[in-house]
Amino acid sequence: MTELLLLAVLDGLAYAALVFMVAVGLTLIFGVLRVLNVAHGSFYAIGAYTATSLVIGLGAAGWSPYLAYPALIISAVLVGALLGGLIETVLLRRVYVKEEVLTLLVTFAVFMILEDVQRLVWGVSPMFADAPLSLLGTLAVGQVYYTAYQLLLLPAAAVVVLVALRWFLRSTLQGRLIVAVAHDREAAMAMGINAKRVYMTTFMIGATLAALGGALASPTTSLTPGIGTDMIVLSFAVVATAGLGQVEGAAVTAVLLGLGRSFAVYLYPEMQVLMPYLIMVVVLLFRPQGLFGVAEMRKV
Amino acid sequence: MRNLFAATAALALLATPALAQQKPKEIVLGITTYLSGPASVFGVPGRDAADLLIEEINAKGGIQGVPVRAVYIDEGAGTENLLAEYRRVSQSENAAFTLAAISSGNCNALVPVAEDLKQPNIMWDCGTQQIFEEKRYKYSFRTQANATPEMLAALLYLVQAKPDFKTIAVVNQDYAWGRDSWNIFSTALKALKPDVRVVAEMFPKFGAPDYSTEITRLSALRPDVILSTSWGGDLDTFVRQAAARGLLKQSTFVLPLAESSLQRLGDTLPEGVIVGARGDHWFLHPAAEDPARHKAFVEKYKAKTGSYPIYPVYHMAQAMAAMQAGFEKAVKAAGGNWPTKDQLAEAMKGLEFRGLTRTVRLREDNQGLEDQLIGTTVRVKEYPFAVLDNMKLYPADLVTTPVGQKSEEWVKTLDKGMPTSPKIQTFAFKP
Amino acid sequence: MAARVLIPAVLLAVLAAVPFTAPASVLLFTLALAKGLAVLGIVVLLRAGQVSFGHALYFGASAYAVAFAARAMQGGSVSLLLLAGVAAAVVTGIVVGLFVVRYRYIFFGMLNLAFSMVLYSVLEKFFFITGGSDGLRVPRPTLFGMAVERFEYETTLFYLTLALVVLCAWLVYRYFQSPLGEALRALKSNETRLEYIGLSARGVLLVAYVISAALAGLGGTLLALVQGHVTPELSYWVRSGEFVFIAILGGAGSVVGPFVGAIVYELVRAYASAFAADVWQMILGGFLLVIILFASRGLVGMYQDVEERLFSRRVVTGGRRRPV
Repeated sequence: MTELLLLAVLDGLAYAALVFMVAVGLTLIFGVLRVLNVAHGSFYAIGAYTATSLVIGLGAAGWSPYLAYPALIISAVLVGALLGGLIETVLLRRVYVKEEVLTLLVTFAVFMILEDVQRLVWGVSPMFADAPLSLLGTLAVGQVYYTAYQLLLLPAAAVVVLVALRWFLRSTLQGRLIVAVAHDREAAMAMGINAKRVYMTTFMIGATLAALGGALASPTTSLTPGIGTDMIVLSFAVVATAGLGQVEGAAVTAVLLGLGRSFAVYLYPEMQVLMPYLIMVVVLLFRPQGLFGVAEMRKV
Repeated sequence: MRNLFAATAALALLATPALAQQKPKEIVLGITTYLSGPASVFGVPGRDAADLLIEEINAKGGIQGVPVRAVYIDEGAGTENLLAEYRRVSQSENAAFTLAAISSGNCNALVPVAEDLKQPNIMWDCGTQQIFEEKRYKYSFRTQANATPEMLAALLYLVQAKPDFKTIAVVNQDYAWGRDSWNIFSTALKALKPDVRVVAEMFPKFGAPDYSTEITRLSALRPDVILSTSWGGDLDTFVRQAAARGLLKQSTFVLPLAESSLQRLGDTLPEGVIVGARGDHWFLHPAAEDPARHKAFVEKYKAKTGSYPIYPVYHMAQAMAAMQAGFEKAVKAAGGNWPTKDQLAEAMKGLEFRGLTRTVRLREDNQGLEDQLIGTTVRVKEYPFAVLDNMKLYPADLVTTPVGQKSEEWVKTLDKGMPTSPKIQTFAFKP
Repeated sequence: MAARVLIPAVLLAVLAAVPFTAPASVLLFTLALAKGLAVLGIVVLLRAGQVSFGHALYFGASAYAVAFAARAMQGGSVSLLLLAGVAAAVVTGIVVGLFVVRYRYIFFGMLNLAFSMVLYSVLEKFFFITGGSDGLRVPRPTLFGMAVERFEYETTLFYLTLALVVLCAWLVYRYFQSPLGEALRALKSNETRLEYIGLSARGVLLVAYVISAALAGLGGTLLALVQGHVTPELSYWVRSGEFVFIAILGGAGSVVGPFVGAIVYELVRAYASAFAADVWQMILGGFLLVIILFASRGLVGMYQDVEERLFSRRVVTGGRRRPV
């Protein structure tokens, strides 16, 4: 029984790591821009596709397979910076002044467009490039074999992202600017902070994180059209449950949701898909601001 | 926009009586297939095959001198869209035949509609056996087998190859096909080998990108046999993740739909995996009735798409062959006139036709009788992916539920000597 | 003022003629109008400044209620099934609403999303009860006690839907004019003031919420009756997004907007799937972007702008120019 428990925990952690990376980008974007980015799942998917294409390309060109690891990171940064930056400057910027629901719909429209873009660029046949996964081999836990990639690298990457993000937001100037704008945009602008630039930087960082999640997930799975769709609502669940704008909270919640899901698979498989949303409903009913969110005072 | 509708509607209304008398300008085929989403891995080859076959038909002057045109409906665009488009193609475009569908769920939805619309319909790919077992239909015909013979053949092969296995687990996609196929397999298994224990029944969500948790459980449980009727990206992911964690070495895998993934899986699939092809669809078929034609088509298909054909291609070929044979029969029966939709449906009864491999016959409940091919994977130097060896051909009448019986009931009555029936032929790999 | 009556009247006349001018599209228009009802529900909530990202919950719940009822009764009658569907939506709306009206804005939206995804997961996973992702077939019910063929059934249902649409649009219009409806607008601008007057903000929102749930449920019921098939996808978040999309497309300031938007949306989607099957989502997404960037008051808003320019007898008040 304890072995099963341990296995469930380990499975949950690997899953949580990926979900966290996508969710933290989403919560950052919401915290600063007050935009619920529906296209976040598309960043995830395109990050995954780009990474896979790069790794396949590297393999075909005969270069060292170890280059696949930096390739994963590079694809994420490329996708996040280019695609994220493009969307923010060309589209989002025009709708900030309008109602919140309109900005959300813009991201929804972008999501729909990017779904077809994925199909046009990468086709419909499942794509796979598992070099980064297979290079690291397997680890035995009891009589079960795990891939070192899923057991070690993914959680480690998530921890690195968490720590780096915390340090960035608290200890660097750029990060503190972001926090300032998130806290009170007008006051920040009155102090001379270029809020527009901060918005763009934040969006790009968020998009990069989502793409990184996709890139790191890509060696483990076959990429088919539509992988972004489920990831969006799952990351929404994490963000809403944790509290919008909460970075550390997102990590804890991702772990909670990951464990919930893997325990469901072991104990009550029917609940597997239900788990994240059930947790979200229960948490939001008792703490609408999320587990770690700060309740907003109502201004009369 | 409204004018366009009005025009097409008026034209359709005017044209219909005229069709009964004289040849139409073209024969429209409404083909539903997956052009988006995970099942497009079948849908797109199906469409490519249809394009090639229609080209061949039109190159010979069409059917009775009338050219054929396909209208494709994307099953991946959702049920609402499918139903609306199906109606439009059947009524506004006046399709002679519709070929629907790939998904069992969509077949369940469309077959009653076809019956209402009096639309001759060929179920070209969907596998659910329930449709014809629950009701008799006049306008729908299945030009391939269904879940029962497909699963039964896999089971017979397994029992003959590994007579002493004690435990089995299943990992199927959670939808009609995944559930039905397991239902038949497990019921038949209880009849043939009642002492086998099912240690886990897992139904991950359709399109799940990750099977890690399921694989962990299977690694801990260590069943002798693992069955999965998954297909497409799901099967690819499952096999790759299982291979990465050594599961393929621990248990014997039975993958009745893996023929369609063999080329993509390449090196990942090891030897010794039991593989099925939803029928006898294999580009290196050892006993095709017209091997020259088969080989020529395989080469044409490979030249067009870059891959060898997989079973949806063969299913499409069978559907097209049935369509042509049906037209021939109906035209003959209609004297000099062009057959109506009713006459086409009448002509399809009891039809015999051949796609790319072996003859298929439609029996009185419109179900097609198709032989089944199962093999074990082996690696050879001629191909960069696993191919089939020790192939067994199961004749249709051995493994198909008799007319009027429900599969669930019939498989309970199977004879324990079935796996070694003399009707089963065995073939080795030949490059 | 004349425009208020003119657009709906013209639209109505054109729609009523559809079974004669374009009989092959009757199904399309019925489905579009059914969707429009759900979108009307969204518009009701938008008036209070709240967006629900989970109204597909009621759409799906009612559709499945109809499916279960029809299967239990081996058909049943249309009126009974309509009642069953709407009742399911109202009951669910009250239960969920009691929780949800305590929250505002993004929390309101997310909580609705959560509930709808819970229903979706349940519908998808409990295969033996709900048919899983393949869904359930809805046997055809009797119409006024008679069993009918497909053609008569669909035409009758089209007119029934049209009648219900007119009724609901008119009722919602009256609701908006009523004190409760005006209180809704007050919720959007300054909720505390509402409470100073002595009205419960939650109560006002709850009424609006249940009404919008009933509308979405009616839409789902009609869809189930007409389509004959229900799937869990009816409760998926993308569908909720579609409703909000259409609300903005049509114009969230009027009761006619949802139906104009729904019809345009369905037409664009049908044509895009038929002629550009590979990129229909892209086309729809691009269309939405154009509307948001250049005509955020939607199609009806655009029409009102044109109408004003042509018949500018009225002074443009601050009210008319206020964004959605």
